[in-house]
Amino acid sequence: MLSTTAECLFWLGRYTERAANIARGLGVASRLASLSASLGEGAEWRALLVASGGEEAFAERHQEAVTQEAVVDWLVRDPDNSSSIYTCFEAARRNGRAVRTALTVDMWSALNDSWNALRARDLTQVDGEALPEFLDWVRERVLLFNGAATDTMLRNEAWSFVQLGTALERADNAARLLDVRHNMLAAGDTAEYAQWQAILASASAGRAYQWVYRDRLAPQRIAELLILRPELPRSLVACFGRVSELLDDIAAGQGGRRGECHRLAGEVHATLRYARIADIFEEGLHVFLTRKIERAATLGEAIDAFYIRGAG
Amino acid sequence: MAFDEMRDGELARATYAEITEWVERTPLAALQEKSAEAELLFRRLGITFAVYGEGGDPERLIPFDIIPRIIAASEWRSLSAGLEQRVRALNAFLADVYNGQRILKAGIIPASLILENEAFRKQMVDFTPPGGIYTHVSGIDMVRTGPDDFFVLEDNCRTPSGVSYMLENREAMLRLFPRLCARHRLAPINRYPEHLLATLKSVAPEAAGADPTVVILTPGSFNSAYYEHCFLADEMGVEVVEGRDLVVEDDRVFMRTTAGLKQVDVIYRRIDDEFLDPECFRSDSLVGVPGVMRAYRAGHVTLANAPGAGIADDKAIYPYVPEMVRFYLGEEPRLANVPTLLCEREADRAEVLSNLEKLVVKLARGSGGYGMMIGPHADAPMRAEFARRIAEKPGDYIAQPTLALSTVPTLAADGISPRHVDLRPFILFGRSEVTTVPGGLTRVALRAGSLVVNSSQGGGTKDTWVLEDAAPMSQDMAPGLMTQTMGGMTQILGGTR
Repeated sequence: MLSTTAECLFWLGRYTERAANIARGLGVASRLASLSASLGEGAEWRALLVASGGEEAFAERHQEAVTQEAVVDWLVRDPDNSSSIYTCFEAARRNGRAVRTALTVDMWSALNDSWNALRARDLTQVDGEALPEFLDWVRERVLLFNGAATDTMLRNEAWSFVQLGTALERADNAARLLDVRHNMLAAGDTAEYAQWQAILASASAGRAYQWVYRDRLAPQRIAELLILRPELPRSLVACFGRVSELLDDIAAGQGGRRGECHRLAGEVHATLRYARIADIFEEGLHVFLTRKIERAATLGEAIDAFYIRGAG
Repeated sequence: MAFDEMRDGELARATYAEITEWVERTPLAALQEKSAEAELLFRRLGITFAVYGEGGDPERLIPFDIIPRIIAASEWRSLSAGLEQRVRALNAFLADVYNGQRILKAGIIPASLILENEAFRKQMVDFTPPGGIYTHVSGIDMVRTGPDDFFVLEDNCRTPSGVSYMLENREAMLRLFPRLCARHRLAPINRYPEHLLATLKSVAPEAAGADPTVVILTPGSFNSAYYEHCFLADEMGVEVVEGRDLVVEDDRVFMRTTAGLKQVDVIYRRIDDEFLDPECFRSDSLVGVPGVMRAYRAGHVTLANAPGAGIADDKAIYPYVPEMVRFYLGEEPRLANVPTLLCEREADRAEVLSNLEKLVVKLARGSGGYGMMIGPHADAPMRAEFARRIAEKPGDYIAQPTLALSTVPTLAADGISPRHVDLRPFILFGRSEVTTVPGGLTRVALRAGSLVVNSSQGGGTKDTWVLEDAAPMSQDMAPGLMTQTMGGMTQILGGTR
């Protein structure tokens, strides 16, 4: 496949996944903000801002305090934020359009309809009461896109690169979403039950927790589920495992051609596979998650170097 | 009075009997609803025509009219024979002007018209492309003025576009009006991409082997026909590449892939000659492939259409096409030209200048309907302006009588009314055969009375139906569907045997 095509497919996967995860993050923050005032005004929103990696850019644009209104504006509709939901959909469609031939009609329709609907919508009205409905819509659109890809796409290299983008972005975002809440999961914290529920909900893992542990919520188990349980498709180990598996698939299709990205992916996956939650808590959840976020970034660069910039 | 393709006076023509009945039976509101549905369909599929630098939405839809344009089987048979003949003559002409120039030596076409023409590529002289084929894909624009009067308006031998609209229009009609389509015997067009791929593969360099690698070279997503480039690539299962995806090494062309460099054998290029290779043509081209002409001349890659093919569709050469048919094929032309005056010739010029109010004046090298004047519709200052331009640069202008283009009923905001149409059939020229899918793209001038059908100038499109002669239908019945067994009994539903 053309390197430029691979690049677009990879970023198509990343941006669609990112849009959904921003919606997930906003959903949790909005829910927690309405549940408890114990963290103080704006703390929820500041945490989310830090997790999305846009604190500096936000500060440049918004001189005022970190309020719900300002953060929602920044993460939902600000075209100057390279990771707002609006920008993600725009970028996903732009990448998709550039490789229109590599997508199926169903994938393209899902992508194109989302963008047309988003553009037709008055996003300034997406706030307060209207926010949850909008966030659900964003998640549904991405679920539809992923479903269209799963159901209709040929299982070839194009498929692998879209999935690779999705998996790597999901790995990164999962680590970030969890890192925002690391305080609530740290040993000895007296966070509310409802806060733990919200964390699980951000990974659509509320029911999964019950099926795996059949017991009341406990912070260490929540962290274990979201980091180390391979059966949860949004856990860190599952996401990095998928990245590694997809890179192996691509290598197999090219007669075993491999590079640094393959080694890195295997290494990150292995450390997660054999990690113990007690050790992670001992080292510190935040330190551990930060390292995984950095790994995801390095891995992204290695994939780019090998498959996209590497040829010719 | 323009020829009405649907009706002869009050009576519907036989080909349009069903359509007339349908149009009369269906309430206007219902037709408009279907029209809106069609627009939504095109919008969803992303079939857009990119117009940059004019403000407004850069991704525009070409308006689609839901009332089809119909051509009878007998009419099509004679048209397609004429098209094949014309394309063969144009190709023979190209082979000749770049190798030997017999037609110039015979004095049939003035040498200056060719040798001083910008579309004549010196780089192609004394070079024979694989199979001797220059015009792998051509679009011949036809107009109709009466029951048996078809004329060629212009030839397009460079990178004619619009075939994706032809195919998508049919898809839209089949989806919106399945019963109406079923009541007609529509000659199928959906094998066009397959024919195109076969045509392109047939001209691959011999060293490419049995399964040559074909790509479509696009100037990029800002090009107005980008959708079409992607559409065709998708339908053929080949890569659509930009200049930056290709690299020339050792006079061979490669594309950059995730698995390293891969050699390319045939390039269906949708980039104009000037921008194709900065080493050879315009050095400031950012969309081309440096060195691709070297690889081409070395015989390691085939370009379709061949560079320099534009000399055959130049408007100043057009008047000579019937002569080419006689000269190269020894046949009488089956398709007529529109009588054309070349302002370069003194006698013609005088005639043009004294009849400006009756004639259509066009740039000899223009396209897209730009820089033209339709005399009967122009006011005095406009005519004076063109008179001045002609006097200044006579070689740049040609003139033709204003043809009463035929009309087909078209859905407008206030009802159904006649609009002028033309037809662009697409002809594929491969190593061993010439293929034309039945019909082509019908373009329609949507403004009442307008004769300009170009999509960049407010034109729209219609589905074009070539009706097949009646033949007995036969279809095998399939065995019935198996359903879930209950109590060990297999139930067959709907089975007939």
